[in-house]
Amino acid sequence: MGITTRPRRTTPIRVLIAKPGLDGHDRGAKVVARALRDAGMEVIYTGLRQSPEEIVRAALEEDVDLIGLSILSGAHMALFPRVLALLKRQRAASVPVFAGGIIPDEDAKRLKRAGIRAIFGPGTSLGEIVSTAEKLARSRA
Amino acid sequence: MTRPGPLPSAARAIVKGDRRALARAITAIENGDPAADPVLRALYPRTRGVPVVGIAGPLGVGKSSLINALVAKLRTERRTVAVVAVDPSSPFSGGSVLGDRIRFERSADDTGVFFRSMASRGAAGGLAAATLEATRLLDAAGFDVVLVETVGSGQVDVAIREVATTRVVVVVPHLGDEVQTLKAGLFEIADVFCVNKVDLPGADLARRDLDDLVALGSWPGGWTPVVVGTSTAPPSGLDDLWAAVEAHERHLDASGGRAADERRRLSGEIVGLVRDRVGRDLIDRLERDPELRRLLDRVVARSLDPRAAADRLLAGSRRSR
Repeated sequence: MGITTRPRRTTPIRVLIAKPGLDGHDRGAKVVARALRDAGMEVIYTGLRQSPEEIVRAALEEDVDLIGLSILSGAHMALFPRVLALLKRQRAASVPVFAGGIIPDEDAKRLKRAGIRAIFGPGTSLGEIVSTAEKLARSRA
Repeated sequence: MTRPGPLPSAARAIVKGDRRALARAITAIENGDPAADPVLRALYPRTRGVPVVGIAGPLGVGKSSLINALVAKLRTERRTVAVVAVDPSSPFSGGSVLGDRIRFERSADDTGVFFRSMASRGAAGGLAAATLEATRLLDAAGFDVVLVETVGSGQVDVAIREVATTRVVVVVPHLGDEVQTLKAGLFEIADVFCVNKVDLPGADLARRDLDDLVALGSWPGGWTPVVVGTSTAPPSGLDDLWAAVEAHERHLDASGGRAADERRRLSGEIVGLVRDRVGRDLIDRLERDPELRRLLDRVVARSLDPRAAADRLLAGSRRSR
């Protein structure tokens, strides 16, 4: 009877992988989700076309250690800062946010200054994404 | 002793509707963090026994979509709803992809809904070890209805019986012939059978097989399962589904079944907690306690058999009390 057995003490990293904006391309998000799963994380995938409000709400309900945003539509300069602002408003600015997709270098610099902790462009190895995600999640605790 | 008194701050926040405190307490339960203990203890007397509706069934039958549709329906009736959706953890990495939220379409400012994804973390039976206590927090937090979605069930995934007051078993057309419905396990625990994707060919046959199953069997507790057909795109049959759930909830009250079920579940929970603690304690001692290590050595050397060793351990633990 598994159900009455109290959970053993474990603290897997919980991470939200979210697709803000209107593009319908989530292959990258799925590949990253799977790599994080294989690294032992619990990955909550939101699906496509999530508003910043929905993303932040999901992050709080799911009590995640980390948020990953994937975007290919070009709307990152509008949507990412909005996610950060909403997190701040909910007093959850300590939840690190990383991002991936098609993000020009200059935008990436500005987004990092705004508080996005890591940005992964095309060609980044999954190993690098996983190790950065682990570092970011553990840095919070 | 549990008695209502001043609440610890996390418990107070949960009762006041602080969703973040609720989310954190669920994490603490999942992680086996002792911080969950005082919260659970304080909130147990505040649970009201709200309907906990289990949605079980094989993978891909549309459980998440049904839950989304049910939440939409309950919200138009101004009832508040919490959802716990369980997905499997990898037996290899321990990780998981929790994807039940994908089907969930609620406006971000609707505070009458709470959705939590949960990884099974190795528990058998289609739920996580933390699911039961999480539903208890959601009850104490004031939600009118709690919906629990199981892992895509295999035939023996019946843990939902220990958590839900009403169990809905969801199937789709062409899952198998009528003999499948006679097999032991999942089909025995349904209070409501739901044939989803009822617009697909073969739905009539699936419904007939379930009608036959219901008509043939004798069902415990004086409740005969109801068979309903649903679809979520476009939505149909959801009123029937919910009416069947409510009819079962009313039956539980009228027949005394609610109290009997609860007593059975709580007894199982207490036994499980004791077994778990004793077992874990014993595993530690078998490695550390020299006397117990010698006992284990003898079993390894075949001079004592495992059952005799267990007898001695039990006799020893009785003496020491």
